[in-house]
Amino acid sequence: MASALRPKGLGWLDERLGLSALREFTAHKTVPLHSATVWYYFGGITLFLFTIQVLTGVLLLLYYRPSPTEAYESVQFIMTRVQFGWLVRSIHSWSANLMILTAFIHMFSVVFLHSYRRPREVTWLSGLVLLGLALGFGFSGYLLPWNKVSYFATKVGTDMAATVPVAGHQVARFLRGGADVGGATLTRFFGFHVAVLPGLTTLLLVVHLGLVQRHGMSSPPWSEGRKLDQMRFFPNFFLRELMAWYAALAVLGSLAALFPWELGEKADPFAPAPAGIRPEWYFLAPFYTLKLIPSHVWRIEGELLGLMGFALLAAWWVLLPFWASDSRGTLRTRWVTGAGVALMAYLVTFSLLGYFR
Amino acid sequence: MTRNQSGTGFMACMACLVLGCASASPAAPAKDSCVECHSNMEGALRAPVTDYANDVHSRHGFSCADCHGGDRNADDPEGAMSPAKGFKGHITRAAVPALCAHCHSDATLMHRFKPQQRVDQLALYLTSVHGKRLAAGDTAVANCVDCHSVHNIREVKDPLSPVYPLKLPETCARCHANAVHMAPYKIESNQFAEYRTSVHWEALSKRGDLSAPNCASCHGNHGATPPQVASAAEVCGTCHVLFEEMYNKSPHQPAFAAMGAGGCTICHGNHGIRKPGIAMLAGAGSVCGQCHDATSAGGAAATQMAGLLTKLDNALTQSDAILNRARDSGMEVSEPILRQMEGREALVKARVAMHAFQAAAVAKPVAEGLAVAADTRRAGERALQDRNGRRVGLALSLVTILVTMAGLWMAIRSLESKAPAVPKPAGR
Repeated sequence: MASALRPKGLGWLDERLGLSALREFTAHKTVPLHSATVWYYFGGITLFLFTIQVLTGVLLLLYYRPSPTEAYESVQFIMTRVQFGWLVRSIHSWSANLMILTAFIHMFSVVFLHSYRRPREVTWLSGLVLLGLALGFGFSGYLLPWNKVSYFATKVGTDMAATVPVAGHQVARFLRGGADVGGATLTRFFGFHVAVLPGLTTLLLVVHLGLVQRHGMSSPPWSEGRKLDQMRFFPNFFLRELMAWYAALAVLGSLAALFPWELGEKADPFAPAPAGIRPEWYFLAPFYTLKLIPSHVWRIEGELLGLMGFALLAAWWVLLPFWASDSRGTLRTRWVTGAGVALMAYLVTFSLLGYFR
Repeated sequence: MTRNQSGTGFMACMACLVLGCASASPAAPAKDSCVECHSNMEGALRAPVTDYANDVHSRHGFSCADCHGGDRNADDPEGAMSPAKGFKGHITRAAVPALCAHCHSDATLMHRFKPQQRVDQLALYLTSVHGKRLAAGDTAVANCVDCHSVHNIREVKDPLSPVYPLKLPETCARCHANAVHMAPYKIESNQFAEYRTSVHWEALSKRGDLSAPNCASCHGNHGATPPQVASAAEVCGTCHVLFEEMYNKSPHQPAFAAMGAGGCTICHGNHGIRKPGIAMLAGAGSVCGQCHDATSAGGAAATQMAGLLTKLDNALTQSDAILNRARDSGMEVSEPILRQMEGREALVKARVAMHAFQAAAVAKPVAEGLAVAADTRRAGERALQDRNGRRVGLALSLVTILVTMAGLWMAIRSLESKAPAVPKPAGR
């Protein structure tokens, strides 16, 4: 009786988990080979960096305390007293920034390879929502150390929300948990950062990755009608992806060790805002654009006009798969590539201007 | 609503608007024949009217006649400037203080306009050198209008007022920096030039610190008088409290008092007070060396105190350098940097204690500061060691990662030499 219940290696697991189906799937999964195959790695690198975020985030949670009186001190404790705490915190901060960078690279590679086209519209939409969630992670996580720069950047960010007509003030109040940035804001942002956003991201990731498996890797439109060589996903592509992850780890480790993430000064709500306050680099382009817009254009408030412009731009970008083809279903590749280049040029130029001015 | 009702409503609204506007409009200005006539004149006769528009008295409803007398309601010049109606015309310099005091010494009247305003200006003025000389018939000395201006008098808090803290030194200097004006009084005219080299002027003019001392802070304003030699330490002590306390315990206090010499000013000067430093204590050109021979007990004490202060200053500077290096390398050293402030405070205490002119009094805070500097230096050195350790750890990690990547690449090559990565598509 006992011998009948004894597990017999993988066969036992296969019987229960259906591993052979997974093996069968990976055996047949392939990646198209062409001049731009290298861009396929960035989705995987983004996923790898997200995993690093989750692991280091869990470690930080062991010591972090989300209250205005303890947040700064707890991060300081992590960085100075906890064994390798400085490394965990630096890796968490650097990988957050690298993840947003690789997510943007992944998005533009999808645009330039036209991988958003039918039937991958929902994959594109889920990817954009994931990018939005990553930015939400950045915005909420920035406040958590409760230092001077993050405090005032959050004040500016939530002030912007308040300029939106009708529900703006309610949104700002909801984000802040009160009339101004304070202890309630910190607690809320902590909740968003460690519970709401990870939950939504995991859900969306499952959908996004599931759709990638469902539709397979997209080939660029210029290869249509030609039979492209295909590389086996497992182990050939997977091992190459693993090398890319190691390279990302090397970059991450180097940044964390050579340029540890600063803690800055503790936030003082009664102190005047420091000069030259600016948000994280990934919000610099819209921030600088808003700075350039006059306070009033005709009778509309400049900031509101800017936000309306960004909302229209975002909607236009989200709907890319739907306007990328004409009524006969022909792909407007030049239009999309032009739009992609224009958007990338805008983001890079205005981010640089926002950083150096 | 009927047509009639709506018409009535409209009329009611219009009436409200008209009445509202009427009640909101300012009251018609009272007649002032002085202004009416002098507005049409030229030069010096018109200037008082133009200037008076910005005068604080004008804002409170006072008119020309309140100082010059006469009848502001009269339509003809004779009636307006009738001596029978109290017209005084030009106010003589000797009469100015009493004229201003007519209101400014009236507590009941002043309470209506500025409840916190003092009303003892004339009493103080009469105790001042200016007031005494005026009483003796010297009308060339300053009276109220020389400092506060006339017809264009502004509140002290108004930055355009000549007695606003930032402007007061220049106002005093109008007379006191004028060698010709000062010559009959045998007073030097270099005070303003000296003051402009002082730390007090720097704090006032460059840092915009309105609480920094100007002429009035030491000499008084309405009761302006040169501080007597014996009171110099007390004048400085109004701000530098601890220094005065130390000085009063020091052997210098009775010695200087017996000599009839001022306290603080002996070493620091008066108008041109420079930033003090350790060099004042010992070495060539030191202040102590002017009286104390280096081999004397006083000279030895000065050298000892200079040594102690230099030692602490150097120790803190070295700790600062190490901590800054660690911070610039990205190390978290905010705690020891904050602790450095305790060391700097100890240095300040030691500098204060130095005014007791006893090395033992300086040694205690110096020892406290040195302990802090040693702690922070160790913390900085530990941070730099940690930084080096991190770099070694990074190098080892990078080597491991590179070896792993090379291994992966070899594994891929080996794998693909046996089975190609690109399977032959069917039918190809």
